[in-house]
Amino acid sequence: MNQFKAWITSRGLGSVAILAVLLLVVFPLVFDIFRLNLVGKYLTYGFVALGLVMLWGYGGVLSLGQGVFFGLGGYAMAMFLKLEASDPISTKIQSTPGIPDFMDWNQLTALPLWWKPFEYLPFSLIAVIAVPTLLAFIISYAMFKRRVGGVYFAIITQAVALILTVLIIGQQGYTGGVNGMTDLKTLLGWDIRTDSAKYILYYLCALMLLGTIVLCAWIQRSKLGTLLLAMRDKEDRVRFSGYDVAMFKVFVFCLAAALSGIGGALFTLQVGFMSPSFVGIVPSIEMVIYAAVGGRLSLVGAVYGTLLVNFGKTYFSESFPDLWLFLMAALFIGVTMAFPEGLAGVWTQKIVPWWQRNQAQRRAVRLAVAKDAATPADPSSAAPTTLSGQSA
Amino acid sequence: MSNTDFALAVEDLTVSFDGFKAIDKLTLYIDKNELRVIIGPNGAGKTTLLDLICGKTKASGGSIKFKNEELTGLDEHIRVRRGIGRKFQTPSIYENLSVFQNLEVSYPAGRSVFGALGFKCTDEVKARVQVVAEEIGLADALDMEAGLLSHGQKQWLEIGMLLMQEPELLMLDEPIAGMSARERELTAELLKRICKNRSVIVIEHDMEFVKQIAHKVTVMHQGKILAEGSMEAVQADPKVIDVYLGH
Repeated sequence: MNQFKAWITSRGLGSVAILAVLLLVVFPLVFDIFRLNLVGKYLTYGFVALGLVMLWGYGGVLSLGQGVFFGLGGYAMAMFLKLEASDPISTKIQSTPGIPDFMDWNQLTALPLWWKPFEYLPFSLIAVIAVPTLLAFIISYAMFKRRVGGVYFAIITQAVALILTVLIIGQQGYTGGVNGMTDLKTLLGWDIRTDSAKYILYYLCALMLLGTIVLCAWIQRSKLGTLLLAMRDKEDRVRFSGYDVAMFKVFVFCLAAALSGIGGALFTLQVGFMSPSFVGIVPSIEMVIYAAVGGRLSLVGAVYGTLLVNFGKTYFSESFPDLWLFLMAALFIGVTMAFPEGLAGVWTQKIVPWWQRNQAQRRAVRLAVAKDAATPADPSSAAPTTLSGQSA
Repeated sequence: MSNTDFALAVEDLTVSFDGFKAIDKLTLYIDKNELRVIIGPNGAGKTTLLDLICGKTKASGGSIKFKNEELTGLDEHIRVRRGIGRKFQTPSIYENLSVFQNLEVSYPAGRSVFGALGFKCTDEVKARVQVVAEEIGLADALDMEAGLLSHGQKQWLEIGMLLMQEPELLMLDEPIAGMSARERELTAELLKRICKNRSVIVIEHDMEFVKQIAHKVTVMHQGKILAEGSMEAVQADPKVIDVYLGH
């Protein structure tokens, strides 16, 4: 019985452990490197979904522009890799060797000043987190301090996603335009396109994702997590308990942005390119669907949701490419109507109680049988056992 | 505006909504350790006055001084940190959290973002929660989800959440609305106990209850103060009888 209790209390971490086994052992054994690399790509969206669990599920702030931060992180990484791939020898056929090819095509003759720091890996890695966080801070501080929230905030994040897409596509010479940054080859001389590199990057991605879950779980268990839940319920009460509600929302928005940025950088590393198609409105909304399907209150659920929707996307868009968008929309509407807490909600509210009821019934039957064998039935002593079994 | 010995000094306070003056050049002083009850007909501006003091509504003119410090222009959470607690008319508690968590979250420590991240529920916090829970009669319900409490218990819980902050000025908007007779008695006793080291402003309609608790009564009408004084004096005032008590 004590072991059972210990199991219940540690269940928060138990589900993380199961996910860890799945990601670190089962997937690498089951999938070939092509499929595993695909899973690795999905897992990078998982960072965004985890951010949305914190932001949307816990903080009650819906952002429809997480692709912006995913893209900024991805571009920061891509800029470093692109500069490394654009050494003077491999670009010697260009009119200006030594600068990225798309700059040369757009008649740029020198590397723009703001590109220069991205020659250094430490700077680029810091930028992966700092640039999305900084933009998130500016947007959210301006909005939340003015008490803009709910639908209005969601619309503003959409607008930002649109603006950034237009900016990236329009400034072809600086960003690679609609094609994005392609032909990324090496990281400090290490070829990221080989199978062994893909394995290493997959494990890096999976471990960082698991680390992120643990970090988010820790935040949820802290007073800050309780406050986020309290704010979602009664914002004024929190404010009139002496808390600057806006700053808590700013924090969780920046956290979600930083996580998205990390996801974006890992995407660039594993997929080998970055383009505006991961920044705009549609991918941003897709990312919200991952979190909704998995369960916006469950960290582990969000990762499963991301994997499931993306497996579905790959399968259906290979078999029925025209139908996929409709299916995805139906999935989103269906999940939010029928299971507001997603897969995680189905698990905790339907499957687990059903299992426990089942177990309790069996125990009651066993008990009744044992009693029948010993003495004539005594219903008053059998009843409490059934009750405690149900509440366990 | 000179400095005073009052805990709260409201002077010439005005707020208008689209030209309608909900509070009109109102002046009000609350002593230290005083329990003041504000009564008046609906729409007199009682709740608006509390909103102005706690910062939920911004004043159009006048001054609000708390311990001789100007409050107008400060953010709500800063006013709370200065020692002002506000209970809303409908019980405003976190329904999804336990009673313990409701009280714990109200403990005045770890109020910044990173402070909250590093906050630890120490024995001191637990002891304080226990003391307050006993005060409000919810010591046996600490693990219960707050949404499951009765209406009266929710009102007490919100008062308890304010007590956690040890405010020097406590403002309660209709604390006994919807309570049974027994709950009203308990609330009256609770208010008498908790006003010992602080000033309390209560808005209430129930005259029996007002008689039980009030040190002094202020009658508001159309955004202005109509009368002020002891319960007996106010009840005998012909103006008050005319606009409020008589009907």
